[in-house]
Amino acid sequence: MRAQFVLSEIGVGLRRNLTMTFAVVVSVALSLALFGGSLLMSDQVSTMKGYWYDKVNVSIFLCNKSDAESDPKCAKGAVTAEQKDQIKSDLGKMAVVEKVSYESSDQAYKHYKEQFGDSPLASSLTPDQMQESYRIKLKDPQKYQVIATAFDGRAGVQSVQDQKGILDNLFGLLNGMNWAARAVMAMMLVVALMLIVNTVRVSAFSRRRETGIMRLVGASGFYIQAPFIMEAAVAGLIGGGVACGFLLVARYFIIDHGLALSQKLNLINFIGWDAVLTKLPLILATSLLMPALAAFFALRKYLKV
Amino acid sequence: MIRFDSVSKVYPKQTRPALRDVTLEVERGEFVFLVGSSGSGKSTFLRLILREERTSQGQVHVLGKDLARLSNWKVPQMRRQLGTVFQDFRLLPNKTVSENVAFAQEVIGKSRGEIRKSVPQVLDLVGLGGKEDRMPGELSGGEQQRVAIARAFVNRPKLLIADEPTGNLDPQTSVGIMKLLDRINRTGTTVLMATHDQNIVDQMRKRVIELEQGRLVRDQARGVYGYQH
Repeated sequence: MRAQFVLSEIGVGLRRNLTMTFAVVVSVALSLALFGGSLLMSDQVSTMKGYWYDKVNVSIFLCNKSDAESDPKCAKGAVTAEQKDQIKSDLGKMAVVEKVSYESSDQAYKHYKEQFGDSPLASSLTPDQMQESYRIKLKDPQKYQVIATAFDGRAGVQSVQDQKGILDNLFGLLNGMNWAARAVMAMMLVVALMLIVNTVRVSAFSRRRETGIMRLVGASGFYIQAPFIMEAAVAGLIGGGVACGFLLVARYFIIDHGLALSQKLNLINFIGWDAVLTKLPLILATSLLMPALAAFFALRKYLKV
Repeated sequence: MIRFDSVSKVYPKQTRPALRDVTLEVERGEFVFLVGSSGSGKSTFLRLILREERTSQGQVHVLGKDLARLSNWKVPQMRRQLGTVFQDFRLLPNKTVSENVAFAQEVIGKSRGEIRKSVPQVLDLVGLGGKEDRMPGELSGGEQQRVAIARAFVNRPKLLIADEPTGNLDPQTSVGIMKLLDRINRTGTTVLMATHDQNIVDQMRKRVIELEQGRLVRDQARGVYGYQH
């Protein structure tokens, strides 16, 4: 009896306030989709970080003959075999270094050819012009500075380059976008909460006759408030469901099909379905609890028991 | 049943108290009229009993409980032992007569079987047998008030509070309502009725409590409406 009674009250309430209910559903859906999107974005960034940081090297470029003429850092002339050996053994002694590999100018030329193919610039290059280099893999990619201070400016070294610096710019950009998404989400959330409070208020007002009579005959506060709270929770849950749908569809069309970034940018590791699926329970729970709490607090003000 | 101990009530932002130092007691099974002109404090008196308001000073005991000490969440329990009837009936217009009465039982979680048994019973008692499926809008004022009384009485309260129950009714219909309230009183239910209806008070010859500007000015067993009339 009780459950049936409460359910019918919820249905009546939602239908009576159809436009408001719709507004609540849409705003909850949008804010939670943004919420989920920003969570996934963080996941994506850390996936990429893990993938790329694993691959990034610190490179020590050595002076070749043409550098010796043009670059002031190589004023002492092209690198000598002794200097190379010294660098190699010094690197071997450093605790932060995990692996060192040597790239000769011929190898560099080959890699360059592979990457840029028959572009006019590539065809004008000769192996002599390419630099020899040491590619160093660090145990901790953050420790680049140790290498830089040790080798920058040393005779025979043209420059020390950290690839992580380039990546960090990219991640910085992604993070910035992520924060922007969170800011929009926060505002949407405020909008959604205000809409819920207002919807509950209107709902309570339009049913003040019923609630007044309920009070008179001794209905408990919970019993009077439950239909309103559940109304908000149901509307929120529908919004949450829509938000989950958005995320699944977005994952599908952006990464796998449609935009198909996974095929176009095959150097990037994308988040998998599991990352999306694990966010859904959180979103659904939020969509249920947040409006219910908002309604609860709104009722304390607008529905005297 | 009801006890007021030096009760005063001042509403916020008002300097004149709505009730001043009222002390009285209503015993179990009594029938009491509460009279007084508009603004004399009758409504405040009833609202204090229903604990829609709290006293500024003094204590109100209803059914043996000190309402000041009653925590908010226990108030509904207390109200279930009271029945209330109002001048404007307060029926739900989109529910039938029996649904309106059943509402009072659904809301406090009575079982379907209990409701099915007690609703026709109480409708018979108030003389509305056969009109269970009518809508309130199809009924006369007197019949609507009977529905309201049925709803107030269906949970068998120990105390029935009626705020000008005949205020919207013609004299003949009012008599019918009074007979009904009298019959309910004879089942042992205490009845407290606020009214402006001089004829009714004079005919019934019950206890009369009169308020004037928030003071208790008369408490008379077997009284009449007022000396000045």
